[in-house]
Amino acid sequence: MGKIFRFHTDVDTDQIIASQYLLFPTVDEMKAHAFESLDREFASRVQPGDYVVAAGNFGCGSSREQAPAVLKALGVKAVIAQSFARIFYRNAINIGLPVIVCKELYDYVEDGDEMELSLTEGIVTTGGREYVCTKLPPYMQGILDQGGLIASLNRSEA
Amino acid sequence: MGMTIAEKIIAAAAGVEAVKPGDIHTVEVDQMMSNDGTTHLTIDMYNQKLDNPHIADVKKLVWIVDHNVPADSPKTAASHKKMRDFAREHGITYYEGQGVCHQIMMENHVRPGELIFGADSHTCAYGALGAFGTGVGCTDYLYAMVTGKSWLLVPETLKFNLVGRLPQGVYARDLILTIIGKIGANGANYKAMEFGGAGLSTLTMSDRISMCNLCVEAGAKTALMEVDDVALSYLKERGRTPKHIFKSDGDAVFAQEYTIDLSTIKPIVAKPHFVDNVVDAKECAGTKIDEAFLGSCNNGRLEDLRVGAALIKGRKVHPLVRFLVVPASNEVYQEALKEGLLQTFMEAGAIVMNANCSVCWGSCQGVIGEGETLISTGTRNFKGRAGHADSFVYLASAATVTASAIKGEIATADML
Repeated sequence: MGKIFRFHTDVDTDQIIASQYLLFPTVDEMKAHAFESLDREFASRVQPGDYVVAAGNFGCGSSREQAPAVLKALGVKAVIAQSFARIFYRNAINIGLPVIVCKELYDYVEDGDEMELSLTEGIVTTGGREYVCTKLPPYMQGILDQGGLIASLNRSEA
Repeated sequence: MGMTIAEKIIAAAAGVEAVKPGDIHTVEVDQMMSNDGTTHLTIDMYNQKLDNPHIADVKKLVWIVDHNVPADSPKTAASHKKMRDFAREHGITYYEGQGVCHQIMMENHVRPGELIFGADSHTCAYGALGAFGTGVGCTDYLYAMVTGKSWLLVPETLKFNLVGRLPQGVYARDLILTIIGKIGANGANYKAMEFGGAGLSTLTMSDRISMCNLCVEAGAKTALMEVDDVALSYLKERGRTPKHIFKSDGDAVFAQEYTIDLSTIKPIVAKPHFVDNVVDAKECAGTKIDEAFLGSCNNGRLEDLRVGAALIKGRKVHPLVRFLVVPASNEVYQEALKEGLLQTFMEAGAIVMNANCSVCWGSCQGVIGEGETLISTGTRNFKGRAGHADSFVYLASAATVTASAIKGEIATADML
């Protein structure tokens, strides 16, 4: 079980990690500032295994890969949204952070609710109810299964 | 079945006869641009995560330091040094402090028909020259740098048929903000936006770059314009030739087609905190501002500086406003200097700064404080984008920004 951190529609990557932290030397030095403009306590409250749940167009805006990277570094297990902006979506899969489209979930959960995700089944369980999520296209699932794009590159060049 | 420009470029890059939306193809990438926003992380992955680090073709790489230049802190300086040293060691084409990456790419590198990856979302600007530019993160960038290839999902295309001509005092910036307002911040998510029609020929290269550049604010994967004499003469002046000129087939399938009559467009403002939150600029008239910004890859070209300078000549920046003028590149800077535009801005009390991303990305010079309001020709007005998390950014044309800098509150040029 993990806790839900719930965000609204059109959350852009500037909110996930603001520009002034992007040139810090490492993602570990940036992660304490995740979601700072929307929830100052997010980085200190989130625990490994927790989830981010959002409405539509999550991760719009900048191509900064630091956005999915800080969430992964904080231990966020997956982001479940009604839809994703395309660069964030691709970046998340490339670094091995599961991003899952679920149209229903957002409307039925509150911030702080507990949920469970079966990645293989694509099913979220919370509040005694199951929510069926959209499966990734096989090509992208393949990248995720191998642990991300660089792991798959290393394997293909081995 | 016919193909769109985006489909034709992907088919050529994949080495296949035809593609259709929804297909995934392995493609050869022609050029790869990366800037100081993420390159330090790309280098760390290259050095630490790859079993067999190598570069497929170093001639395809262009690295540009433009976001935080000159460095504003020891941490930034360290990231820049990492990028500079790596570029030198591997012989990568490298620019530092020469201007905003997309403007440098347009001036020096982009060719019609190319497929270009940029580790920056506004890479879609290259469509102004008929190239498929798309923004990627640093892992995708690294993969392409090592293999010369990547995978692409073929996008559906939205077609915008432009007719008529923009009225006097209305700019391409107003036009693209109007279009984004119409289709919404995710209206083109996963899709290509293609522009054509008789109205296109009335737009300058500067207008076209401004339009394509902003398409990512509707979620677009890429933006593409038909290559005509305006584009070809821009290319020729700079000593480059097209790789290939593609045009959509008569029977190409578009997900949706729009006809936009340019003569109906008015001055527009995008209110905080979303680019699609657009209104008639006059609806915001009277909103007090603390800072005004004329610059960026979106609106920092010579044409934009001319518009601003013509309005402010003989007038003064409002005493309670900081007015930042930031040419998009050193080429623009030097031309503006020759034309006396920078002197006009300085005589009016503006702060003229070196070519860089400046306050458009809110991490270097000119950031705004808590509760402050900025009117900007930059790319985004997201919450906190220009500095403090609790500040406000309005987006508008060079004319509206300059008029507002003079009045101390949001105003259109005809209100001066």
